[in-house]
Amino acid sequence: MDVITIYGVWFIGLAALFGLYMTWGIGANDVANAMGTSVGSKAITVSKAILIAAIFEFAGVVLAGGRVTETVRKGIIDPAPILDNPELLVYGMLASLLAAGLWLMIASAKGWPVSTTHSIIGALVGFALVGIGPDAVHWAKVWVIVSSWVISPLVGGSIAFLIMISIRRLILDTDNPFENAKKWGPVYVFMVGFLIALVTLFKGLKHLNIELTTGMSFVWSIVIGLLVAFLAWLFIRKKERDPAADEASRFASVERVFAPMQVFTASAMAFAHGSNDVANGIGPLSAVVSIVKTGGEVAQKAELPIWILALGGIGIVVGLSTMGYRVMKTIGKKITELTPTRGFSAELAAAATVVLASRTGLPVSTTHILVGAVLGVGLTRGIAALDLRVVGKIVVSWVVTIPVGALLAAVFYFMLKGIFG
Amino acid sequence: MATTNPIGSLFGRNPFSALQKHMRIVVECADMVPGLFEAVAAGNMAEVEVIKSRIFEREEDADLAKNKLRRRLPRGLFMAVNRGDLLEVLDMQDSIADVAQDIAGLLYEREMEIPAQLEDQLYPYVSSCVAVCHDALKIIECLDELLEMGFRGKEGARVENLIKELNKAEHETDEMGIALSRTLFRYEDEMKPVSVLFWYRLIEWIGDLADYAEKVGNRLRLMIAK
Repeated sequence: MDVITIYGVWFIGLAALFGLYMTWGIGANDVANAMGTSVGSKAITVSKAILIAAIFEFAGVVLAGGRVTETVRKGIIDPAPILDNPELLVYGMLASLLAAGLWLMIASAKGWPVSTTHSIIGALVGFALVGIGPDAVHWAKVWVIVSSWVISPLVGGSIAFLIMISIRRLILDTDNPFENAKKWGPVYVFMVGFLIALVTLFKGLKHLNIELTTGMSFVWSIVIGLLVAFLAWLFIRKKERDPAADEASRFASVERVFAPMQVFTASAMAFAHGSNDVANGIGPLSAVVSIVKTGGEVAQKAELPIWILALGGIGIVVGLSTMGYRVMKTIGKKITELTPTRGFSAELAAAATVVLASRTGLPVSTTHILVGAVLGVGLTRGIAALDLRVVGKIVVSWVVTIPVGALLAAVFYFMLKGIFG
Repeated sequence: MATTNPIGSLFGRNPFSALQKHMRIVVECADMVPGLFEAVAAGNMAEVEVIKSRIFEREEDADLAKNKLRRRLPRGLFMAVNRGDLLEVLDMQDSIADVAQDIAGLLYEREMEIPAQLEDQLYPYVSSCVAVCHDALKIIECLDELLEMGFRGKEGARVENLIKELNKAEHETDEMGIALSRTLFRYEDEMKPVSVLFWYRLIEWIGDLADYAEKVGNRLRLMIAK
C-alpha cells in the first residue's frame, strides 16, 4: 500500500509513457499494414489514407476499443494471489509494456513480422507465471486467445473467399460487368457500414452512456449502412467507361468503379484496427491507473476511463503521422497486384473479422487476419502468385514472440521490484 | 526499420506479366521472318544480314526474359496456375524464337535462293504461320482477364474459343506446308540436291512457328483447367 501511495504518480506517468510508446509503434507500423492495400490498388493516395486512418482509428479506439482493453487489463492475470501486494501487479504491467515495446523494437529492426498483440499477451503471461505463479494465469482465457490467433486468419480468409466469389458471380462474370458493378457497388458498401455499425452499437456503447436495445441497434446500423451506401453511390455514379483502358484489360472500367469503394473498406480497416490493437498499449496502462486510483484495489472494478482510450487514440495517430506515412508508401508500392476488387474483398473480410473479435474482447492480429484474407482471395485463383514463405515466417515469429516476450517481462518485473521494493 | 513487411512480401512478382512480356519479344522475332524471305528473294544480302542480326538480338532478349521468369518462380509460391504448366507455356513460347533464329541463320549462312516455282505458295505460308503466332499472343494477353475471373466462367469459355480457332488456323498452315512440299517434290530434279534438302527443312521450320504457337495455346488450356 505504501509503495503505491508514494510512487503512485510515477507509476501512472511511466505507464502512460510506455503505453504511448506502444501505441505510437502500433500507429507507425500496423496501421500501414491495415491500409496499405487501399494505397497499393491506387484507390486512395497516401495522404488521404493518413487522414482516413487518423479519423477512423480514433473512432475505433473510443467507440469500440473498450472490450479488448478490458481483456488485456484484467482478463489474463488473476490477481487473487497478490491481493495484499497490489504494487506487484503494477510492476508486472509496467514490465509487460517494456518487454513488448523492446521486443517490437528489436523485431522491426530485424524485419521480423512480429505482432504487437502476441508480444503483449506473451509478456503478461510471462510476468504472471514467473512473478506470481502458474495459478495467476487465467489459462482458459489464454487458450481462447491463442486459438483465436489461428482461427481468425482462417475466418478472414473464408469471408474474403466468399466475397470474391460473389463479386465474380454478380458483377465480373456477367454480360455487362460495368453496369452491374455500378448497381451492386452500393450494396457491398452498405454491408461494410451495416456490419461495422451493428457490431459496435449492439450493447457496445455503455461506456459513452448510450444504451440501445437490440431493435434500435439494428435500426441505427441500417441507417448508417444506407448512409454510407448513398455516399458510395454519389462517388460511383459519375464513373464512366474508359474505352482506352478497356482495350488493355476488359475489366479496367469495373476496377475503376471499385476504386472509390475501397475508401470505405479502408475506413473500416482503420476502425477495426483501432478497436482491437489499441488495447495492447492502453490495457496495461489502464490496469496501473485503476490500481493507483483506488489506492491498491487489484480487483479493478472501476470502469475504463475515456481519457485512457483517447490517449491511446492520440498515440496511434501520432505514430501514423510521424512514421506510418513512409511505411505505407513502401507497402503500397509492393502490392500493386491487389486490384480494387481483390483489395475490397480482402479488406472487407479482414475488417469484419477484426471488429467481431473486438466485440468478443479477443486481442487478435490485424496483420495476420489480413494475410489470411489475401490468401482467401488467392484461393479463388484470383492472385497470380503469393509467397507462402511469409506464412511460415509469421508462424515462426509468433512461436518465438511468446516465450521471448514472457522472458523479457519476467526480467523487467524483477528489475522494477528491485528498484521500488 | 522493417523491410520485410508481411503484407508487402506476401505478393510474389506477377509471373503472368513476365510471361506476356516474353511472348511479345518472341512474336517480334517471328514477325521479322517474312521480311527475311522478301530480302532473300530480292537478293539483298545486306538487308538479310540486318534482319538476321535483329532476330538474333531479340532471341537473346527472349532468353534473358525466360531465365528471369524462371528464377522468380521458387517452389514456395502459391499460384493461380500450376507451376509446371506455366513453365511449359514458357518453353513453347521460347521455341518460337529459337525457330525464327534457325530460319534466319540458315537463310543467311547458306545464302539460300528462293526457287521461282515455290514463291507463289511460300509467302502466304510464311505469313499464315506468323499469323498463328499472333493468335497465340492474343491468347496469352488474356491472362489478366482470366485471373480477374479466377480462370472460370465466360472468360474461360472465351479463351477456350480462341484456342479452338488457334488449332484451326494451325491446321490450315499444316495443309499449306504439305502442299508446298508437294510442289517442291515436283521440281526436285531441276534444283541442286542439297538445296532441295534444305528447302524441305525450311518448310518444316516455318511450320514449326505455327506448331509451337499452337502448343502455347494447348498448354494454356491445361493451365486454365489446373
